Parts: sequence; structure tokens; C-alpha cells
Amino acid sequence: MLFRVFAKDHLINLYDILAVNHIVGPLCKGLDRQGAPLYDFDFIYDFAELQLDYTATIHSLKRFVLPPRETLCTFDLQKDGWRKQVDFNAYKPTVYFGLHACDINALNKLDKVLTGNVYPDPYYAAKRKNMFIIGVGCTPQPFCFCKSMGTDSVLHGFDLFLTDLGDAYFAEIHSARAFAFINSLECREPRQSEHQRFVEVAQERKSRFTCQVDTTDLTKILDLEFQAEVWRDWGRKCLSCGTCANVCPTCYCYGIEENVDLGLQHAGKTRHLYSCNLIDFAQVAGGHNFRPESHDRLKYRYYHKHRGFVEAFEESLCVGCGRCGQSCLASITVPEVIASVRGEGGDHA
Amino acid sequence: MHRLPFVDVLAEQQDSSRKQDLASFEYTFQAEITNVYPLTATEKLYQLQIIDPGERQRFSFQPGQFVMLELPGIGEAPFSISSSPIRHGDIELCIRGVGNLTNFLARAPRGTIVGISGPFGTSFPVEKMQGHDIMLIAGGLGLVPLRAPIFAVLENRSRYGNIDIIYGARNPAELLFTYQYDMWRQFDIDLSIIVDSADADWQGPVGRITTILEQRIAAASNIGKNTYAIVCGPPVMFKFVCDMLIKARLPMQQIFVSLERRMHCGRGKCCRCNIGSTYTCLEGPVFDYWSVMNLKEAI
Repeated sequence: MLFRVFAKDHLINLYDILAVNHIVGPLCKGLDRQGAPLYDFDFIYDFAELQLDYTATIHSLKRFVLPPRETLCTFDLQKDGWRKQVDFNAYKPTVYFGLHACDINALNKLDKVLTGNVYPDPYYAAKRKNMFIIGVGCTPQPFCFCKSMGTDSVLHGFDLFLTDLGDAYFAEIHSARAFAFINSLECREPRQSEHQRFVEVAQERKSRFTCQVDTTDLTKILDLEFQAEVWRDWGRKCLSCGTCANVCPTCYCYGIEENVDLGLQHAGKTRHLYSCNLIDFAQVAGGHNFRPESHDRLKYRYYHKHRGFVEAFEESLCVGCGRCGQSCLASITVPEVIASVRGEGGDHA
Repeated sequence: MHRLPFVDVLAEQQDSSRKQDLASFEYTFQAEITNVYPLTATEKLYQLQIIDPGERQRFSFQPGQFVMLELPGIGEAPFSISSSPIRHGDIELCIRGVGNLTNFLARAPRGTIVGISGPFGTSFPVEKMQGHDIMLIAGGLGLVPLRAPIFAVLENRSRYGNIDIIYGARNPAELLFTYQYDMWRQFDIDLSIIVDSADADWQGPVGRITTILEQRIAAASNIGKNTYAIVCGPPVMFKFVCDMLIKARLPMQQIFVSLERRMHCGRGKCCRCNIGSTYTCLEGPVFDYWSVMNLKEAI
């Protein structure tokens, strides 16, 4: 990795260099009831809109790489047959300006399952290949437990990562195109004092994480406690609404739907993101439901994130962004659920 | 101002096999319904032929694997292949009309073009079973995925020991493939059939499949370490049948089950078929009993 330092007021120059492309970044969408700003990722048309000091976005980046509804293919229906046309729905590269480490890590985790060796998904791969990612350091929020999940810093999967040193940005450069962009700014190699400042900033940030999840032996504990009563307690609270999956940066489950156009000449196949908390997720033809109860489905979600994915890829699918807990209508949070399954933290339900 | 270059994933991938993987994700073979045989009031056997002769010859599968069948605009669903593997792209699927896709299919005339992708999933290790006795135990529609291994075994009958087929259905009218029973028996196969409730013409035994399995195990001295079992049926059946087989001293890794789950992709992406955290479409549908015991909520 190469490093450069540039003055903070040069950031607008970097934006201007990239502005010929689509730019997606964090912007303020409104205020909540307490008057605090609500952030989300969206297309940015003006540097002033870009809120790089954002706390956390409500939604993840998912809708840009795994659209909630996506047409996988269309069919021309003819009298004696049909023809299929496949379109990966990627037309332009996009700059993602200002992602936190957790969201970049979420993409890296999705890569493992969606573009791995077994049936790589071209729809996802096409969008993923056309991303230019600029990460920024975050301010830990009270609900962030990324430090426990090992995703509070990011090693790869970005082009450029910016850390605010107060008067300058410290840039980690991870691709040739990023190097070219940075070199067209007024920048220089960091001095020894800036190395030190960079490490201090990172340490200071790490010290501000408050929320924790104990992941020691979690895969085994989840197996041991499969029949535990606490799952039923959480199941009684859970509304099975699927909001957690909606805001989760790594929930990728989907369903397929086919539709015929009204003119009967064309048909289409659409995938729509789904949630394992929805009641018919595992219902098969004939009506048998493998997870009929709310607690079965909630438990399954934790099993997939914290056990199954770990078994397959040696890391959890959860990045600890805490969005699910923030959005949950029943206030179910991952740290509380895991603590209760471990037999810690008394009155939860 | 710098315009980022657009990356075409198919052009970008240097590795040609990888490029082909990406391109084939949504590829379907066009296949024609060449024949439809009604088996019962709700199940039909569809003979499908992959239209392109080259693709038809290259299409190969192992007994126990499944395909995704697609009717454009109507839907897509997984179905076990129930024909012999040596027939390549001339496949047979036995399908019950229960939903949108299957009921549409039930009304589709001969000559309808459908899409087939696959084959997907794991298979019954019929080669490893050579030299051993085999028990095939099916309940209801469970006979459908077992028909491919039955064919595979019959085609090399002399390489196997005793073969038992134990088949249970709700009533005689729901028995599948009745026209083949005599043929199977000619190959020195012990076929026992039991129904939950008899009708006026039924001569055979009445009761649960476990009743007849118990009798078979009690009568035969050879069932045990040298026996492989293949089990498929409704969810409640697995536990009872497998428990009896374990008691009859069949090793866990010689008992195979074929599990049913909802699937939307067949390619380990949609997560609908996950059991605990294992993809039924990739690591199944055929599991040995140890894997099933090891998976939470599998049976």
C-alpha cells in the first residue's frame, strides 16, 4: 500500500476530478424526531451535499450492488417457443465516496459467496467490478460492534481510504487508478510525524467503541444452545417483518418471480431481495413450512450469520454495523441476543 | 476530469473457465415436452428432450441430482430427475400439480418448450454401493428421486447384492409407476408396497412404512454392515425410518437421504434452501445420515 497526504481543502478537487462519473455518497435525508440528521447513501450532484462526517446511514450500500428488485432476463414469447435475453444491468462505473470500513467489509464478505468459485453471480460481479471506492474513517456510534466482529478496519476492497488528521487527509492508496487521481492533486508523501498522527487517530478511534459482542466459541455455543428457551423469548418479541434484512449490508437472500406482459408477447424474470424472517421463506410446495414459528426464523438468521458463514469462510457474515438493531421495530439487537444465548445479561425479553 | 473505464465482466475475466461460469449463470437449455403420462390424479410423468442434439448428448447427470425447470413468465422450480443417467438429455420428471408452475405444466400440451438448467446438487453414490445390498425406502412422492438410482442399479444388476424396494403411499390410487413394478421384480428385486388406507381392490398390506420395514429387518439376517440404504419421503418419515436402520446396525455413512427444500436459484445464492447454514442445492439434496444428524433442523 502507498500513502499520501493532502490538505483538507483539496478534497473538493478530488471530487471534481471524479465528478464526470456517477458519484454515490452519504447525504442528509432529513431529521429524526430528536432533530438529529438521518443519513443515507444516494447519488451526489454537488460536493456540498456530501456529508463525510456522517454518523451512520440508515440503509447500507446494498441497493446499488443488490437492487431490491432486479430483472435477470426477459423472454420473447413466440407461437412455437421463446427466446431468452440476459442483461447484467451494469452500464456505468460509479464512484462510492465516503464508505465506512464496515460497509467495505460487507462488500468483501458478499464477494466470498456471490463471486466465489461456485456459480459466480454475474449480475453482482458486473456491478462490483464497476465500483471505485473511497473509504473514510468513522466516528464509533453507541450501537456499533464492528470491533468485536473484526471489521472496524479494512485491508482491501477499496481504491482509496481517507483518514482525517485534523488539517490534512491521510490517504491509503490501493489501486493504480486511485494513485493516478491522487497524484493529480497537490499531495506529498507523509512525514514521520504524520505516520505517528495516523496511528494515534486510529487508536483514539478504537478506544471510543463501547458496544461489544463476545464471539468466543460462538459457533459451538449456537449449536449447544439450539433448543434454548431464549430463542422462544426473542421469537415472541420478533414481528417477522424483515426490516433487519432490509437494512443489513450482507443479507443477500432472494426470491424469483416471473411475469408475463399484458400483451402476452414478452415475459420477465425478476429477483427481489427477501428475508428469512418472512413466514413463507422456507415453505415448500404442498404447504409444509420448515420454519413455521417466528423463533425458528429468527434463530435461523443468527445461525446463518454467526455460524454457517463462519464454518464456510472462517469469518462471520455480520459486520457489526448495528443497523438491524437500530431499525428493529421490536428493539431486538444482535449484542443482546448473543449475550442471552451465551447465558449472560438477565432480563431481555 | 477522469472517466472511469467501464468493466465488462465477461470481457474482463482472463480465465476462460471463469468467464464461462459467469456467462452460464442464467443459461437454460431449451427442452421440448415430448410425452406426458398421467400416473395418478395429480402426478404426471413428463418426458423432456433437450432440443439441441449436441447439448442433449453433453448433458449428463448422476442419480439423485435435480434440474431447475422454467416456464418463461410462469415460474421456475427444482425437480429431481427420475430417468436413467445413461439417457443423457432425454430426461423424465415426475411432477405433482400443486402450484402455479406445476398446474400450468399439467395443462401444457406435447411440444411445449420449457427451459432446463442444471443438473445441480449431490447424488447417490451408486458406484460405491457395488458389491453391497441396497435398501431403497420411499414414502409417497419420495419414489420420484429414487427412480434414477433404481435405473442405475438395474442397468448393472449383477454388480449388486440383494435389492429391496420398500414403498409406502397413502392409498392404492396414489401409487406411482405401477406399470414398472413387474419389470423391477423381473430383475430379482424384492419390492414391498404398503398403503395407509386400502380400497376395495387392494390385496397387499395396510399400515405405516415402518411396519413393513420392521418385518423386512426381522426376516432378513443379512441387513447390517454390508447394506446401503436410500431414503426419501415426507419430513416425518425420515426420523422413524433412519432410527430403525441405525438399530439394524447400518453405519450412518451408508444411509442416504434426499431432502426437499424451497429453492429459487439452485446455485447456492438465494439461501431459500439453507438448513441451519448448509445449502441443500450445493451440499445436498442427497446427504448421508451423519450430515443430517450434524445439521440442526434437517429432519
